[in-house]
Amino acid sequence: MEPVFAVLTGLFFAFAVYLMLSKFIIRVLLGVAILGNAVNLLIFINGRLLREVPPVLAAGLDVPAGPVANPLPQALILTAIVISFSFFAFLLVLSWRAYEALGTDNTDRMRLAEPETSPLPPEGY
Amino acid sequence: MASSPIDLSLALVTAAPDAADWLVVLPVALCIATGALLTMLRGRPALQGGLAVFSLAVLVLLNIGLVSHISASGPVTMMMGRWLPPFGIAFTADMAGALFSLSGSVVALAAGVYSLGDINEKGRRHGFYPFLMLLMAGVSGAFLTGDIFNLYVWFEVLLISSFGLMVIGSEDRQIDGAVKYGFLNLVATTLFLIATGFLYGIFGTLNMADIARKAAGFSGTAPLMTLATLYVFAFGMKAAAFPVNFWLPASYHTPRIVVSALFAGLLTKVGIYALLRTGIMLFPAERAGLSGVIATVAVLTIISGALGALAQSDMRRLLGYLVVSGIGAMLAGLSLGTVEAVAGTIVYGVHSMLVMGALYLAIGLAGRAAGTFEIGGAGGLWQRQLPLSALTLVLFFAVSGLPPFSGFWPKLMLVKAALADGAGWLAAALLIGGFLTTIATGRFFLIAYWRPSSSPQRGEGGPKGRMRGNTGSELAEIPPYPPFGHLLPAGEKGQAAALLPVALLTLASILIGLYPEPLIAAAKTAAEGLVTPSAYIGSVFGGEP
Amino acid sequence: MNSLILRTIAPVLVSLMVLFSIFVLLRGHNEPGGGFIGGLIAVAALSIYGIAFGVGAVRRALRFHPATIAGAGLMLATLSGLVSALFGAPFMTGLWVTPVIFGTEIPLATVMSFDIGVYLVVVGAIGAVALSLEEEEDDA
Repeated sequence: MEPVFAVLTGLFFAFAVYLMLSKFIIRVLLGVAILGNAVNLLIFINGRLLREVPPVLAAGLDVPAGPVANPLPQALILTAIVISFSFFAFLLVLSWRAYEALGTDNTDRMRLAEPETSPLPPEGY
Repeated sequence: MASSPIDLSLALVTAAPDAADWLVVLPVALCIATGALLTMLRGRPALQGGLAVFSLAVLVLLNIGLVSHISASGPVTMMMGRWLPPFGIAFTADMAGALFSLSGSVVALAAGVYSLGDINEKGRRHGFYPFLMLLMAGVSGAFLTGDIFNLYVWFEVLLISSFGLMVIGSEDRQIDGAVKYGFLNLVATTLFLIATGFLYGIFGTLNMADIARKAAGFSGTAPLMTLATLYVFAFGMKAAAFPVNFWLPASYHTPRIVVSALFAGLLTKVGIYALLRTGIMLFPAERAGLSGVIATVAVLTIISGALGALAQSDMRRLLGYLVVSGIGAMLAGLSLGTVEAVAGTIVYGVHSMLVMGALYLAIGLAGRAAGTFEIGGAGGLWQRQLPLSALTLVLFFAVSGLPPFSGFWPKLMLVKAALADGAGWLAAALLIGGFLTTIATGRFFLIAYWRPSSSPQRGEGGPKGRMRGNTGSELAEIPPYPPFGHLLPAGEKGQAAALLPVALLTLASILIGLYPEPLIAAAKTAAEGLVTPSAYIGSVFGGEP
Repeated sequence: MNSLILRTIAPVLVSLMVLFSIFVLLRGHNEPGGGFIGGLIAVAALSIYGIAFGVGAVRRALRFHPATIAGAGLMLATLSGLVSALFGAPFMTGLWVTPVIFGTEIPLATVMSFDIGVYLVVVGAIGAVALSLEEEEDDA
């Protein structure tokens, strides 16, 4: 299973990087969303794959009866999903505000904070 | 198998923790609790400022307690929820973390006091103080945690809060800056997460003491080199190392000045701290392999930061480049990796936190007095604002690394360490960087402070009420800077109150400059603890091997 | 949205979803569930209510500002972690009491109050985002 997942993760990363290289904010945003999923998949594979044995204890047991999937990567991924979800929400709102305020989602034209015609530094004393 | 009695005490730390151990957790818990309280008090903006400053003062005291406890009895660990290491999340503070945490809280306290006169009702309703406290929770957590995934979580906590702080006011320039800041920092933390995922795959543990213990066995293998490279890249991006530093000068000048001061004082140093923790403590052999790359990056960061500062006409953007240049000096220490060099980096980090925070606050006051943040547009501040100008001059000396202020000693330590290591070119870059910084700040001071005000309109009008529009025809294209008239505290008293935090931070810089031994000794302890982490590991795992 | 069907069904649907979210929250200790997913279900319920009756109605129904709810949840979670200080256990240690109420043993724990805190944080924080986004849509 691992090679298949590894290739899939690679594809996710490739798509994410391709989208993030765009100069349009909306594509970068989509790239960021895919990147988050790529990383989650990566963590998942790094915890080793095991099918059909969820790490849930049966009633009355103190330890699982038999091998179970590694619960730690799942906890890590849950945390990462929560975080990337809130980031995505924030960046989405921010990008929308930026589009409203600046009238463009082309990063080349977003020069309000760093104006192209900024004055020269003082040349004498 | 069924319900056989399991001795849970084997999986738990049953001994009660020392009362002093709570010092590791309390800074974080205090910040989160205060942040939660302030969020609930959003309808009472008048209360918020006082409460936040009070709890920041308590935070400073807690951190002083932590530093003195660690210097007395070594690193301190508390396992969350009694779980046995390495399974539970550990909070482990050693000297390095505690020193950074202490100076960070001092900067936050100063910024908190300054904000009382700078953040208006609207900013408070937008949640400045809750975000400030949650930012401090993230910063303290990052400095004090002993678990690498937990470090990632604290990075995100401080990042989310910094987003909130950055867009307070919602001006168009802020939105523009926040877009760049947001996306690039998100990519950096994602790289951190990627590296952590691989790390878990290799080591099967996330506890930093456990990793440090096991890393020696994997030393020199390709996966570990990949890991170290990923961490250096990710944290280098957070710390604003060349060539992945362009988000910093693009965004740090856009928010409220007190927010810039917080960011300059805290965020990049969290990146440096994480670089030290991973590079020096976890993967020393790999860092040694990368030292050439890190040294090159350090030199480029120092020089490009200083040159960038020379090329600026906006006061705040000039400071942004000075932050970058300082990061380069700290990276130089990381590339050398000896105890002396790491100690130099730590002292430089403490100095940079205090001085850069103070400089942003001072420039905020200067911009208020001059009515503009253009260097060329200001003038004659020395005549009108003598105490502020004197403090700024001291801070400029300190940031340029001139004696007898705090910037001198770490630079001396780093140069000595570089020469001892035979890296003369690194020492030369440090000195050239200092020289260029001196030119940039010196010119800034001469034009904006020392030279009498040249433009006739501003001569007699005095400082108050002047906003913009009188910066000359050549500058008319620049978008207007935020009108801060409504933020001016009333009268002389407000001015003095706003000057207090700057004065205190400057005093700290002078004290470190005149009496550096305690700080240097503490930094040496911290550096030794990072280079040979046996005490750190021992504090997590007890006496066991 | 002005749909008679939605407005008729929404109160029933929303109360069921809120009930289910609390069920998921409480079952979370030993089985799949917990504060985060419970909170998300509750926010989904709030959003449906908002779509049917407008954001103002949701804000009135909540009584408190979403940020206040999130703050209270964060406070509850932090305090749950700190309770263990009184019993000589490290931060975030789960402590249990099982009082017998009406002849039934009710296990209560700081783990549970922490989870309720998480629930409130999610309801407050995500709810605030959802409400402000819906509000913008109403303006447009």
